[in-house]
Amino acid sequence: MIHVFAFYLFAAIVVCSGALTILSRNPVHSVLWLILAFFNAAGLMVLLGAEFIAMLLVIVYVGAVAVLFLFVVMMLDIDFAELRAGFVDYLPFGMLIALVLLAEIVLGIGIWSAGPIELAQRTAPVNPELSNIQAIGGLLYTRYIFLFEAAGIILLIAMIGAIVLTHRARGGVRSQNIARQNRRRPEDAIRNVNQPIGQGVEL
Amino acid sequence: MIGLQHYMVVSAILFVMGVLGIFINRKNVIIIMMAIELILLSVNINLVAFSAFLGDLVGQVFSMFVLTVAAGEAAIGLAILVIYFRGRGTIAVDDVNRMKG
Repeated sequence: MIHVFAFYLFAAIVVCSGALTILSRNPVHSVLWLILAFFNAAGLMVLLGAEFIAMLLVIVYVGAVAVLFLFVVMMLDIDFAELRAGFVDYLPFGMLIALVLLAEIVLGIGIWSAGPIELAQRTAPVNPELSNIQAIGGLLYTRYIFLFEAAGIILLIAMIGAIVLTHRARGGVRSQNIARQNRRRPEDAIRNVNQPIGQGVEL
Repeated sequence: MIGLQHYMVVSAILFVMGVLGIFINRKNVIIIMMAIELILLSVNINLVAFSAFLGDLVGQVFSMFVLTVAAGEAAIGLAILVIYFRGRGTIAVDDVNRMKG
């Protein structure tokens, strides 16, 4: 009973906040609705027994991606009213595409539920003795180790790419030149003067 | 009782909503990227639901890879957006075709 209630709660909130994400007038509100959608999707995944993916969703999506969106939305000084100008013009066409897509998916699910899927063999059957995170770790570090490494390389490339794209060399800033510092000797820089009394220092 | 179909329906609604978001916010590239995140989230829900109901863990592993790609895509996309805004002063993506060359 509580399971059914939790499912409908999470599902309703995830759908509503998804709708508000694409419909709200202010992009900051959009990002906040997106965060709510991510949290409730994480709740759905906890209901499914995938605790690791749920935690990952909260950490990666909410902690990194949504905060990045929020940062960019707030940093860029954008006239959002102008960007929203074509909203009503695009609505009929967008609804058409969405309805066609929804009809196709409903058709697909309807046909699928005509009969159950029988898997001849499972690649990684769930072991009830192991916890979810243990099982995923065992799978990730053995069978999918190369894919896991590839995912790491993709993240590295994304990081380097983002830094290279947004980095700019600023003019008018005196940055440290270590080679020049090391090349400089005391005899170039300082001078011993026996300064007579009553005269100004010659620079 | 909640079956696989329930999760598939939620995922389908979320997917369609993401596609709709791309079409109706055609000028605002930030909202378009959020809509893409919604689509990837619905794919993740679908993968995890099938993984749970078929008793096969591979779906959860692949949902992790989808998450990786989504994070990378958001980082690169927002970086491109920032440099586009720096050069143009706006993020209207109607005239992006002038970006080439």
